[in-house]
Amino acid sequence: MVDGSAAVRAIDLSVYYGSNQVISGVNLDVARHKITAIIGPSGSGKSTLLRCFNRMNDLIPSFRMSGQVLFEGRDLYAPDVDPTEIRYQVGMVFQRPNPFPKSIFDNVAFGPRINGFHGDLEALVEQSLRRAALFDEVKDRLKSSALTLSGGQQQRLCIARALAVRPRVILMDEPCSSLDPMATLAIEELMRELSEDYSIVIVTHNMQQAARVSDFTAFLMGDEKRVAELIEFDETRQIFTNPADERTEAYITGRFG
Amino acid sequence: MLRADFDRNLKLLQDDLIELGNLVGQAITQAMDALKNRDLAASQRVVAEDDVIDQKRFELEDQCIDLIATQQPIAIDLRTLMAVLHISVELERVGDYAEGIAKVTLMMGDEPASKPLFDLPLLADKASDMLGRSLDALILRDAGAAEQVCEDDDQVDNLYKKVYRELLTDMTRDPKSIRRATYLLWVAHDLERIADRATNIAERVIFLVTGKLPGVNQS
Repeated sequence: MVDGSAAVRAIDLSVYYGSNQVISGVNLDVARHKITAIIGPSGSGKSTLLRCFNRMNDLIPSFRMSGQVLFEGRDLYAPDVDPTEIRYQVGMVFQRPNPFPKSIFDNVAFGPRINGFHGDLEALVEQSLRRAALFDEVKDRLKSSALTLSGGQQQRLCIARALAVRPRVILMDEPCSSLDPMATLAIEELMRELSEDYSIVIVTHNMQQAARVSDFTAFLMGDEKRVAELIEFDETRQIFTNPADERTEAYITGRFG
Repeated sequence: MLRADFDRNLKLLQDDLIELGNLVGQAITQAMDALKNRDLAASQRVVAEDDVIDQKRFELEDQCIDLIATQQPIAIDLRTLMAVLHISVELERVGDYAEGIAKVTLMMGDEPASKPLFDLPLLADKASDMLGRSLDALILRDAGAAEQVCEDDDQVDNLYKKVYRELLTDMTRDPKSIRRATYLLWVAHDLERIADRATNIAERVIFLVTGKLPGVNQS
């Protein structure tokens, strides 16, 4: 289904917090320049799995994993890999928009400046804002505080901020959960546009959103000990018209979860 | 149980569809009995009843649209609603064929009842049987039984060809029979189309159960 050119590949990935196993044996390919949605009930390890893809879980002291995560074929957890550098290449957008208490311009310029970017910073900021479908709304007030923007605009600013460091993959953890329906549709539209140039993984508890926006859908579910497994992974169309596993069907049709 | 209300509505929808199927099945039987018995009053009743069938089909569509708009059905629920929608249209068309047979009886007027109907009663039995089995397969979610219905359509096609040949022979032999034989040819054609519609219904059952549409490759 997904060929060898996967952007991110999880191989037999298991995750533990201390002595508690939370994810068991996940094999998953994130297709290049496609949108992959991860769905599942609360507590089914969706965000944990997502955070394995850019080593965000490293920040949790009790975190431990087995198996492999390959980013463009490279072992993401190899000793010589710098997690900070990985997080630029595999960017992340969070549940609640989290702009820095700085100007709109400085938010987008933040990453490139830290990275010692020497090019035309203004052009890069404009380009990133344009890609995030925000530039026209903010071009006359780039020096205003990012906190003056609406929730939907702030989330697009966070996407622009992630784009400014030229990532290959964008991870989105419930990016619309604090947005109203119109702002949500704007983000979904933006995701479709961005998927032409970026590989996107989105965690969502909104199944209709997964159905609307993604190319592939992964369904995670915890077993009786709350250890999450990948129950089914297929083209989104297949998952939402004729899922193979009855647990997937029960979940997406709202019969449990 | 989550979505108990939605489940109840889906069940009611299927009950209504089966009721429409029963009405249509009765219409075929009544139209054929009226043809055999030269019963013009019964034929008129079949024609009048078709309005009820048409009305029920639109009510079913309305219920489907309601559920789609308010419940965002997916997977098995979506396939169920699409199947109900398609099957209700097929049944409505079968009702039209029964009405067509009744109208032929009316046009034949006071022709004596004794003249042969060739294999038309057998053709009607086979077509009705296929229709009944396609609806049973729907109730039981039995894709195997539905496939059998599709396969049986060849038998009806062959029988239709045989009736067709016999009617043509009859016309050639006795030009006075042309008018009557032509009417019976229409009946034969209606019955053959009923079997085709039963096959379409069976294909919808297969789709409902397996998610596969004929001739559409799915990954």
